[in-house]
Amino acid sequence: MADATLVVFAAEQVRGVLEGTGSPDALEARQMQALSLAVHIPLVCFGIAFPAMFLFVEGLYLRTGDPLYKALAKRWSKVALIIFATGVVTGTILSFEFGLLWPDFMATFGEVFGVAFGLEGISFFLEAIFIAIYVYGWDRLPKRTHILTGVPIIITGATGSAFVISVNGWMNDPQGFEVVNGQVQDPVPFSALLNGHVAHELVHMYLAGYLVAGFLVAAYYARRWLKGRRDRYTRTALVVPLAFAALAAPIQVVVGDWAGRKVAESQPVKLAAFEGVYKTEEGAAFHLGGFYDTERNEVRYGIKIPYLLSILAHHNPTAEVVGLESVPPEDRPPVNIVRTSFQTMIAIGTFLAALGSFFIFVWLRKRRLPDTKWFFRAVMLAGPLSVVALIAGWVTTEVGRQPWIVYGFMRTEDAVTSADNLEIGYAALIAVYVLLFGSVIWLLRRLASRPIETELDRG
Amino acid sequence: MAEVCAALVILGVTAYAVFGSADFGAGFWDLTAGGAERGGRLRGMIQRSMSPVWEANHVWLIFVLVMVWTAFPVAFGSLMSTLSIPLFLAALGVIFRGMAFALRGQAATINEARVLGATFAFSSVLIPFFFGAAIGGVASGRVPVGNAAGDLIDSWLNPTSIALGVVAILTGAHLAAVFLTGDARRAELPDMVDAFRKRAIGSGVVAGAAALISLLVVRADARELYDGLTSGDGLIAVVLSGAAGLVTIALVITGRYGPARFTAAAAVGAMTVGWALAQDPYILPGALTLDDAAASDTTLTALVVSVGLGMLVLVPSLWWLYRLVLRGTLDQEYEPLDQRFRPVDR
Repeated sequence: MADATLVVFAAEQVRGVLEGTGSPDALEARQMQALSLAVHIPLVCFGIAFPAMFLFVEGLYLRTGDPLYKALAKRWSKVALIIFATGVVTGTILSFEFGLLWPDFMATFGEVFGVAFGLEGISFFLEAIFIAIYVYGWDRLPKRTHILTGVPIIITGATGSAFVISVNGWMNDPQGFEVVNGQVQDPVPFSALLNGHVAHELVHMYLAGYLVAGFLVAAYYARRWLKGRRDRYTRTALVVPLAFAALAAPIQVVVGDWAGRKVAESQPVKLAAFEGVYKTEEGAAFHLGGFYDTERNEVRYGIKIPYLLSILAHHNPTAEVVGLESVPPEDRPPVNIVRTSFQTMIAIGTFLAALGSFFIFVWLRKRRLPDTKWFFRAVMLAGPLSVVALIAGWVTTEVGRQPWIVYGFMRTEDAVTSADNLEIGYAALIAVYVLLFGSVIWLLRRLASRPIETELDRG
Repeated sequence: MAEVCAALVILGVTAYAVFGSADFGAGFWDLTAGGAERGGRLRGMIQRSMSPVWEANHVWLIFVLVMVWTAFPVAFGSLMSTLSIPLFLAALGVIFRGMAFALRGQAATINEARVLGATFAFSSVLIPFFFGAAIGGVASGRVPVGNAAGDLIDSWLNPTSIALGVVAILTGAHLAAVFLTGDARRAELPDMVDAFRKRAIGSGVVAGAAALISLLVVRADARELYDGLTSGDGLIAVVLSGAAGLVTIALVITGRYGPARFTAAAAVGAMTVGWALAQDPYILPGALTLDDAAASDTTLTALVVSVGLGMLVLVPSLWWLYRLVLRGTLDQEYEPLDQRFRPVDR
C-alpha cells in the first residue's frame, strides 16, 4: 500500500490554557528565538568541550612541570571564562524568551518538561561556581586541588546540556502526559525527560561541541602557524584541540546516521522534508543538491542516487520512505529551508571527518603535523564551517519540527504571545547581539595580544 | 507541595535580591563615583570585589524563572506576556551589564574604561528598576490570567511599580556599600573603608525612607497589598525588615562590617518574604491563587526532590566559593581603575 500511508498525529491536540488570540507577529517570534539560539549554541560548544582541553594541558603540566603547558592552560581558561560569561547572558535571554515569546507553551506544558530545566539550572550553577574557582584559583590553590576543581566544570557542562537536550528531545517526541478534552493532565516529568530522542540528540550535540570548539581553536592557531610563528607553543595549542576534534569527526558520521534513522522512525514527515520526498515510495532515491519545487512537488536539478535514501533511512534499499503527501499541506514543514540545512550539515560533516581522519593518519604514521600548507588552510576553514554545520543541524531539526512546537500536540502558532510590535524587540535584539559579538571578539583579541609569558606571573 | 515550591521561589528571589542587587548596587556606586581620577580608587575596589562572584550571583535569576515556569506555569505565562516590556528591557540590560563589566577588566585606555564603565553602571541602575516595576505590577494586581491579557504599559508604569523600582535601586546600593566596606577592610584600604562606610550609612537612611514613602504610595494605589503589609504576618515581616535595617546602620557606624553583611541581607530577605505574605494566598493578586496556579503534585514532588538533591551538591560548593572569596584566597591585586593607564614610572 505504497500510496495510502497516512501519518496520524495525536488523536487529540492540546488547547493552550491561556487561550490567547494568536499573534500577528508569530514569524518575528520564531526568528527572535532562532537568532538567540544561534548565538547561544556555539558558546555552549565551548562549555561542553573546552574544559576537557585545558584540563588535559594542565595535566601535561603537572606531569612534566613544563611552564609552557601551564601558560597555555591558564590562557585558555581565561578564554573559557569570557565565553562562559557571554553564555550566561545569552542563556538568560533564552530563558526570558521562553516566557516572553511562548507564554502558552510554557503555561500549558511547563509542568511536564520544567523539571529538566530545574536540574539544568543546578548544573549551570555548579559550572559557574567551579569555573570561577578554577580561573581565579590559579597559583592560589595547591596544584592538585586546582586541577580537581576543573573536573566539575567538565561534568556539569555535560549534564547541563543533557537536560536541555532532553527538553528538545521531548518537543520532538512528546510523552509523559495525557490529553483529556484538550487539556494536559497527569504529567510524569521523568518520563518526559527520558524520551525516545534524548539519547541520539545528546550524543550528536556532545560530539558537535568537540567539533566546533576543537576546530575553532585549532583554526586560530593554524592561522598563527601559517603566519610563520611555528614555535612549540603554537604547535601544542594547535595539536590538542585538533586531536579532540579529529577523533570526534568520524564518530559523528556514525551518530548522524543513527539520528537520521531515529527521525525516519518517529518523525517520518520531518525526514521527508530533509530529503524533499513527496510521494511515499519503496526504494527511494537520494538527491544531492538542487531545490524542492513546491509546484511540482519534486526535487529539481539535484543529482539523483537511486535507492540511497532507503538505505540511509532504514539500512535497506527497498524500504518504504514516507513522503510529504502523507499529511495535509498545513502539517508540512517548509521543505527548502530544512533540506538545504540538512545537505549543508552533511556536506560539512563529511569534509570535517575526512580532514580529521587525514590528520590522525599522518600523526600516527609520522608523529608530526602534515607539512602541506593546504592542511593548515583547511583547518582554518574547518573552524567557521563547523559552526555553520552546527547551526544548519539545529535548523534541520527545529524547522523540520514545524508547524509543531510540541510534535503532534501543539502548533507553534498556538503557543506564541498575543503581544504585538515584536519587530521592535527583534530589531533591538539584533543590535545587541551585533554589539555583543563585536565585544567578545575585541576582548579575545585584547587577551591574545598579551604575551603568553605574562600568564606565568602571579595574578 | 505548592507552598514548598513557593518557598523555594521566595528563597531564589531573596538570594537574587541580595547577591544580584548587591552587584547592581556596586554599579550604582560606580556610576556616581565621580570623574575618572577621583573615582578611580572606588572603581578599582568594585572591580576587584565583584570579579570572582558575579556569574554565580546571577544564576539565581535563572533559578527563579525555572522554578516559576515548572511549579506555576499558568502564572508564568501570564506574567511574562503581560509584563513583556519591562522584562525584555531587563534582559537586554543583563546583556549590556555582563559584557561591559567583563570588557572593562581588559580595557587598555581610560577612555575605553569610561565608555564601558558607563554602560555597566547605567544598566546596573536600570535592571533593578525594571525588575522592581515588574514585581509592582504583579503585587498591585495588574496581571490577569491569560496570554498578554493585561495592559502592556500600565502593568508596569504605575505608582506601585515606580515606587518599588526606586526602592530596588536604593536597596541594592545600600547592600553593595555594606559589602564593599567589609571587602575594603579585608583589603586593608582605610580610605576605601571610609568612603564605602559613609555610603553605606547614607544609602541605608535613604533606602529606609524610600521604603516608608513607597508604603504610602502602595496605600493609595493598591489598598489590598497595603492591608496585607500592615496586618498579621505581613506586618511582622515589615517590622523585622525595618529593624534589621536599623541594626545594619548601627553595626556599620560601630565598625562591625562582618555581621552587618548578614543583617543587611536579612532586611532584604524580610522584605521579599513580607511581599509574599502580603499577597497570600494569591500568586497573581485578584486573579490566581497559589493553589490554582500550582502544577500537578507529581511535578511539584519531582521538582522538589530534584532541586533538593541538587542542593546537596550545590550548597557545599557555593559555601566553598564564598569562603574562598571571604578569606581572600581568590583576591585579585587591587589597582585603582585609572592607575592602570598611567606609565609605571610616574
